[in-house]
Amino acid sequence: MIPAAFEYFRPTSVKEALALLDHYKDEAKLLAGGHSLIPLMKLRLAQPRYVIDLGRVRELEYIRESGDQLLIGAMTRHVAIETSDLLRQRCPLLAETASVIGDAQVRNMGTIGGSLVHADPAADYPAAILALEAEMRVVSSQGERWIRAEDFFVDMLTTSLQPGELLVEIKVPVLPPRTGTAYVKVAQKASGFALCGVAVVLTIDQNGVCQHAAVGITGVAPKAYRARAVEHALRGQKLDASVTAAASAKAAEGIDPLEDLHASAEYRAHLARVWCRRALEQARARV
Amino acid sequence: MTRTTIEVTINGVRYRHEVEPRLLLVHYIRDVVGLTGTHIGCETSLCGACTVLLNGAAVKSCTLFAVQADGAEITTIEGLGEEGRLHPIQEGFWMKHGLQCGYCTPGMILAAYQLLQRYPDPTEAQIRHGIEGNLCRCTGYQHIVEAVRYAAEKLRSQKA
Repeated sequence: MIPAAFEYFRPTSVKEALALLDHYKDEAKLLAGGHSLIPLMKLRLAQPRYVIDLGRVRELEYIRESGDQLLIGAMTRHVAIETSDLLRQRCPLLAETASVIGDAQVRNMGTIGGSLVHADPAADYPAAILALEAEMRVVSSQGERWIRAEDFFVDMLTTSLQPGELLVEIKVPVLPPRTGTAYVKVAQKASGFALCGVAVVLTIDQNGVCQHAAVGITGVAPKAYRARAVEHALRGQKLDASVTAAASAKAAEGIDPLEDLHASAEYRAHLARVWCRRALEQARARV
Repeated sequence: MTRTTIEVTINGVRYRHEVEPRLLLVHYIRDVVGLTGTHIGCETSLCGACTVLLNGAAVKSCTLFAVQADGAEITTIEGLGEEGRLHPIQEGFWMKHGLQCGYCTPGMILAAYQLLQRYPDPTEAQIRHGIEGNLCRCTGYQHIVEAVRYAAEKLRSQKA
């Protein structure tokens, strides 16, 4: 479990990190919290010649409010998101999701940006990021652009980031009144990764009619996805247990579930339906 | 490959070494500094045997390069108590039979240390959630939970 040798750089600014990335290109890997990259390097599944450690790029560690948006720096650790009063009040879904990632030690090191760009199909954040319709700001020496959550995850371990680009910020909306959210998951016992994780954002008016529904599901398919059929079945409906149950039955519609040692495809699809219902019920109760 | 000079403080003692960037923190602590109380268990970030405190936060030292810890304050199990004067958490593990083989214990104690800093009066659920990253194959956890509770009471009575 000894990683292959590499050359180490520790920039202190985004500008410096981009210059290194431009110089070493594909031979370089960016190191954030290291809880995805270092395990891969120990197994020698990743053998970068150059490692650019972002651990001292302090300008990427923040959580702040800007108008009706919340901005989170890519190097913000899970523990900071889990315990942020601002997020707990204004976007509890993200804090709740962070609180169940891995374990306490993992949350002390892992970062939101590192987790998102790794795009593990069983990671927790992608479900919440999709349900929140977050946007990701990426920069390169050429400039910057925003990527919508739905365009961000391309496939297993693959995002739409281009070579030379660095994820610097995640933007999530402050949720409107009468909105309830929830993230629930069935974890693989040893690793804590999601066999199935469901994030829900529900806005319900005074009469109990669903104005907005967004459902993100992780762990089930090669990439996290929006359960559009579920959302469609909820919108405009007066919500009760039978409506949410009927909608949840569509949670695995149109997807090709993963199958591995831990769960068959059929079981994963089953989990998606059951835990979608539970997430919806919990979000509804929190409105 | 270029070696990098790092400076760390471990249990109050300053160390300065030239290391290969690929050297893991746990190997640095054990093989370079010579503090073997920190154990290597699974090497896959799951078991928590290698847990140390990095600037006060519990981390798995097998999933960190030593160069990342440059400038940091580290606490290992050797820095907690001493022969004949155990830290209240160590005493709790002793009194409540929180260990059998002892392999997970250093990591378990440091995870408990962080837990008790965050929650001085933890519920059972908070204790179990706090040691989620540490595996024990002997005790079934029950005695560990009791040990942490013992330590919490002792630490609070010391403060009072």
